[in-house]
Amino acid sequence: MSSENGKRLLETDAGGLNFEATELTLGLPGEPRVTSDGGAKLGSKRGFSETVDLKLGDNNREVKLGHSLQEAAKSPVSKTQVVGWPPVRGFAKRGKKSCKYVKVAVDGAPYLRKVDLEIYNSYQQLLTSLEDMFSCFTIRNYLNEKKIEQVNGIEYMPTYEDKDGDWMLVGDVPWQMFVESCKRLRLMKSSEAVGLGLTTGPKYSSTN
Amino acid sequence: MPRRLASSLSDEVLEHVFSFIQSDKDRNVVSAVCKSWYEIERWCRRKIFVGNCYAVSPKMVIRRFPQVRSIELKGKPHFADFNLVPDGWGGYVLQWITEMAGAYPWLDEIRLKRMVVTDESLELIAKSFKDFKVLVLASCEGFSTDGLAAIAASCKNLRELDLRESEVDDSSVHWLSHFPETYTSMVSLNISCLGSGEVSFSALERLVSRCPNLRSLKLNRAVPLDKTANILRLAPQLVEFSTCTYSAELRSDVFSNLAGAFSNCKELRSLSGFWDVVPDYLPAIYSVCSRLTSLNLSYATIQSPDLIKLASHCPSLQHLLVLDYTEDSGLEALASNSKDLQELRVFPSDPFDAEPNASLTEQGLVAVSLGCPKLQSVLYFCRRMSNAALVTIAQNRPNLTRFRLCIIEPKTADYLTGEPFGVGFGAIVEHCKDLIRLSLSGLLTDCVFEYIGKYAKKLEMLSVAFAGDSDLGLHHVLSGCESLRKLEIRDCPFGDKALLTNAAKLETMRSLWMSSCSVSFEACKLLSQKMPRLNVEVIDERGPPDSRPENYTVDKLYIYRSVAGPRFDMPPFVWTKDEDLALRLSP
Repeated sequence: MSSENGKRLLETDAGGLNFEATELTLGLPGEPRVTSDGGAKLGSKRGFSETVDLKLGDNNREVKLGHSLQEAAKSPVSKTQVVGWPPVRGFAKRGKKSCKYVKVAVDGAPYLRKVDLEIYNSYQQLLTSLEDMFSCFTIRNYLNEKKIEQVNGIEYMPTYEDKDGDWMLVGDVPWQMFVESCKRLRLMKSSEAVGLGLTTGPKYSSTN
Repeated sequence: MPRRLASSLSDEVLEHVFSFIQSDKDRNVVSAVCKSWYEIERWCRRKIFVGNCYAVSPKMVIRRFPQVRSIELKGKPHFADFNLVPDGWGGYVLQWITEMAGAYPWLDEIRLKRMVVTDESLELIAKSFKDFKVLVLASCEGFSTDGLAAIAASCKNLRELDLRESEVDDSSVHWLSHFPETYTSMVSLNISCLGSGEVSFSALERLVSRCPNLRSLKLNRAVPLDKTANILRLAPQLVEFSTCTYSAELRSDVFSNLAGAFSNCKELRSLSGFWDVVPDYLPAIYSVCSRLTSLNLSYATIQSPDLIKLASHCPSLQHLLVLDYTEDSGLEALASNSKDLQELRVFPSDPFDAEPNASLTEQGLVAVSLGCPKLQSVLYFCRRMSNAALVTIAQNRPNLTRFRLCIIEPKTADYLTGEPFGVGFGAIVEHCKDLIRLSLSGLLTDCVFEYIGKYAKKLEMLSVAFAGDSDLGLHHVLSGCESLRKLEIRDCPFGDKALLTNAAKLETMRSLWMSSCSVSFEACKLLSQKMPRLNVEVIDERGPPDSRPENYTVDKLYIYRSVAGPRFDMPPFVWTKDEDLALRLSP
């Protein structure tokens, strides 16, 4: 049931969003982030202190996270997995395995969204989908250096928080590695990045 | 008398007669009658099937059959599906396309399976074949949406584009928009393997709305529910449809729109997709269920009660693919509702979990075997089995033609008796006299192979894993199974003796795969020398097999018959005797 909230937020029709159902409370821009590790570790590493924060007032979401952690703990690989056994097709993701929802924060947006990284196969797909979702923004597309139609003239840089708590530019590592290590996404205003020396684009093209 | 008759019929008459003979086997027989029939037949053969793209060269095919319109090629061995064939092994289609581009300007159908297809190949297809109609890329890889764009833009008469289970790179080209506005010929479109960014909804809707002959449409996962209804309303004549993602809470407006759209589809017979389906939406398809003959729920995480309800609406079902969430109870319901069932495939929802997460046992399969008299084809993943159940299944269903059982934990014994499964599978091969495909699993000694060699006379394909005690097992199969074409083995103690004793048999088969067995490189070289029309490929990424100790066994072995000789596109990790010869000759 809890997963329904996340899935609903995926609908591109923004009119379908029901604020009561999402039960989010938002921190004001500029407030320090509150995280489970107290934020100290993050604060020392991150360059960006401004983030639209999400206070986890939604109990269902907590339960869902807890549940998936429990699941992972309950069934560790009890024996070494043999290559190609059982003989199920590799990418045919069946059952409940394929689901990696991460929050997406956009500077200046009043609420966050969630996306399931597993349904994409490349950076390009993810960015296109994010553009659809936040339809009034354009995302700076380092990956192809292509010109995306600028709607309102504001460009955003896609960044993400990895397993170590560091904020990284999207696109440097192979796609699958990114999916595994990404905890949340932030679309940061390009204007904020000016002066931070981020002139070179990421190594990996959108086809990886 | 027959000779006079053969020569008294004119070539035109014979050609006309031959045109009614479609099957490859029959065509091959016809061409063997006499030289003149061979000549006439080869000029009028229009369809070619090459089960192993390395068994023959494109030039040889073109030389013998100058006027081919349709070709089907298969590349990598079946175990490539389970990551046992390293990347770069082979199966490249480019050379075939290049040769055919020159020789067959009227080629209109290309069907490929497990081949590496580049954008260059697709672009060549797009510009070389003026009347191109059918492109099927099953489990292929190596191409991107750029290649698809070329096909869309150039193939004015394209009827079928099927990318089933292929891996497509996203080049971010909106390839669907490359179908010109004047293009209206699509009959079958399968893009279910594409990622979310690779399909533009508006282009898709425009395409669907202008193709009145569209019969089969399989969309990809990321098309949302409200779009599904739109598309169905644009194509109520669909016979096959793959739904998009259902993931959403139940919204009554979306539900009724969807239900209404489905109810318009009077011709719908086959449904698949159902990724992330929320059970509350399932009733939207009830209006078509009574006519459904094929249902693929193998991506749907719905639980047994919902499946039972759904199954009760589908009395005409012939093909069902489902996850083990269906449980024994679901299969029992199926057995009582769907008397026309011919094919059942039950997949594991959590294949790598040691513990069962659904109550699916051998009982479900036994119930279906008892209740469904037309059941012919079974693929069943489960965690326990008994010889008694297998014997019951065999006795209930002697009409089985395909039986693939995967007991998930290797070497699992009969849970009732602790015995190996020789008796059970023995009963299967003994009773099911028309069995053409068999996959074994569980604890197995050489005994089961003795039964197989003795009874499985029509068996064409056998898959074996973690089974057997000695070479005798392999010997029984190779010496007994008269119709065997494909044999794939992994992790069995089969070695040199059985192979070398049955060397001649290997030339009567399409291919033999053995990985993690006990075959030495010496034996491979010997076999290769003995049998010049076999390609013996040792696939080993650990380095040159010759530089290893005497008792070294090869990692993977792929042997196939070929009239084309050794191939020229072998990667460095594939070792054959010729390479070895070259090494020996060099100072």
